Amino acid sequence: MTDHILQMENLTMQFGGVIALDNLSLEINRGEIIALIGPNGAGKTTAFNCITGVYEPTNGCIRYEEQIIASNHPQGKMKKLYIGKNKDSYTRVIRHTPDKIAQMGIARTFQNIRLFKDLTVFENVLIAKHMHMKQNVFTATFRMNRREEKRIRKECLDLLEEQDLLPFCGEPASSLPYGLQRRLEIARALASEPKLLLLDEPAAGMDPQETRSLADFIVHVRNKYRLTIFLIEHHMDLVMRISDRIYVLDFGKQIAQGSPTEIQNNRRVVEAYLGVAEDA
Amino acid sequence: MKMKNKIITAVVLIMALFVLLLALERILPPSSMLFVVLKKGAIYALVAVSMNLLNGFTGLFSLGQAGFMLIGAYTYAILTIPMEARGMVYQYFDGGIVPLALPVILAIPLAGLVTAIFAYLIGLPVLRLKSDYLAIATLGFAEIIRAILQWDKLGPITNGSNLLKLYPVFTSVIFPFAVTGVCIAIIVLLINSSYGRAFKAIREDETAAEAMGINLAHHKQLSFTISSFFAGIGGALLAMYQTTVQASAFRATMTYEILLIVVIGGIGSVTGSCISSFLFIACSEWWLRFLDNTIFIGNFQVPLLGPGFRKVVFSVIVMIIVLFYSRGIMGTKELSLEGLYQFLRKRSEKKKKGDVPA
Repeated sequence: MTDHILQMENLTMQFGGVIALDNLSLEINRGEIIALIGPNGAGKTTAFNCITGVYEPTNGCIRYEEQIIASNHPQGKMKKLYIGKNKDSYTRVIRHTPDKIAQMGIARTFQNIRLFKDLTVFENVLIAKHMHMKQNVFTATFRMNRREEKRIRKECLDLLEEQDLLPFCGEPASSLPYGLQRRLEIARALASEPKLLLLDEPAAGMDPQETRSLADFIVHVRNKYRLTIFLIEHHMDLVMRISDRIYVLDFGKQIAQGSPTEIQNNRRVVEAYLGVAEDA
Repeated sequence: MKMKNKIITAVVLIMALFVLLLALERILPPSSMLFVVLKKGAIYALVAVSMNLLNGFTGLFSLGQAGFMLIGAYTYAILTIPMEARGMVYQYFDGGIVPLALPVILAIPLAGLVTAIFAYLIGLPVLRLKSDYLAIATLGFAEIIRAILQWDKLGPITNGSNLLKLYPVFTSVIFPFAVTGVCIAIIVLLINSSYGRAFKAIREDETAAEAMGINLAHHKQLSFTISSFFAGIGGALLAMYQTTVQASAFRATMTYEILLIVVIGGIGSVTGSCISSFLFIACSEWWLRFLDNTIFIGNFQVPLLGPGFRKVVFSVIVMIIVLFYSRGIMGTKELSLEGLYQFLRKRSEKKKKGDVPA
């Protein structure tokens, strides 16, 4: 039996009359690097937002480590408006806020970098540790959690050192060059001790050389922390190099899945990216 | 070792401050305006810092401070009026129904606690709102609190719209300084703890903070409640300073004054709030007083000077500060000994460099 860390079942996300995700099902096994690709507006980031609890899916369910983390069926106004499939298959409604999902071990980075800009690099990473600390307000204020605080500070310094960010430790995050900001965002996600890491276009705005080193970095991180990585990316060389499997979306629908070679030779994928010839 | 040195310097400085205050009390007559500024300044500093915790560090734009001060002030006054004085204070309500009079040392934290409880309840619905909407809602609640405390039916407890008086007060400037000092120290400790970092994360980016596992509702509620706790203590101190307290004095104007102090001091700077609080009180109560009097130089009456002109000048000063120091006196920086030392060293280095050429 394969060990699924994340499963999406018939997930549909409808905004008003627009279907952003159409009956999407996918499985991610523990330890894999899975890529989600597709033209702009295909619904990739929407899928991420559904997993992390930012959106409540309209229909379908998501399982994480065999436990349902989101499940919904069309309700209220959506009952009439809903034009997707599997309308009556899901009766349970389960919803978690993003912070709860993060605590379960799903960390993410954002398409447009969302660091805590005015805080230092060190503080940015420390904040990710906050949720795992055993303190409460009183023990934290009156410094009765010194040992714990010391431990997380050391862990964060080690993490920053490993990511070559230590020299910038005390600088505000916004002062870092773009590439390092990307790396800091990944470091921050790693600091939250995830099991599943979602990367939303980690190579956006990077040149080919930076992209290559990012690819090595992602593989390294996966091996070192025994993570599962699910990433959205437009740089095909990166995707093809590191992913174990690829899912392709177009207009919210899954049009293909498989290994990088299979995807490269898939006619529908090529059509989705390049368009179809009008007359044969 | 370095940490130890820092603590020792801080302790010595605080001792020196209190000795200075004691000496001033001996030297100057008690009616000196300086004491008004010091007492009121210390109280406003506490309230401003508590507002800064909410507005500057957690990024919640709340305008309920006057309401929470009012709860604190009333709680303190109601709980401490001596039994024998109750008949006189509650003359229209048969001496009221509160059967006890607590010592000051207990009543002050209790004032904070009662305020915090009310803030918690108000926070439950209000904190779902963001930015301007939150400001309007909190402002509304502050007005509601004021109206309720003036309500006649609550007279046996709150004395209706009449004055509360004859409760224990302070005369020495040491007392408000000590209480404010302890409270601000606690706030600073909180800000520098892991929770403080979480608050700042919420201020910077709510979505990212949530993605990092920070429960927004819980942390906002926490910040709101703690901020109100200290606003309540500030209210209790203000009641003591004024010697009488009446709900109708705690209008939105008071919140705006505090907001002004926070903005002038720098949103997100504790020391900024403290400095600007004393400056603000000194300007509005003391230094600009002469503008309200008509002055004759020989036979010539200086034009414009007269009752109310002080406020005109004051407003102009505020506008100039907001225009030219748009991030406040301190911005988000803190005044520290180390920072001061480095600033002075840099200056002297610059001077030296200036001498070298030619």
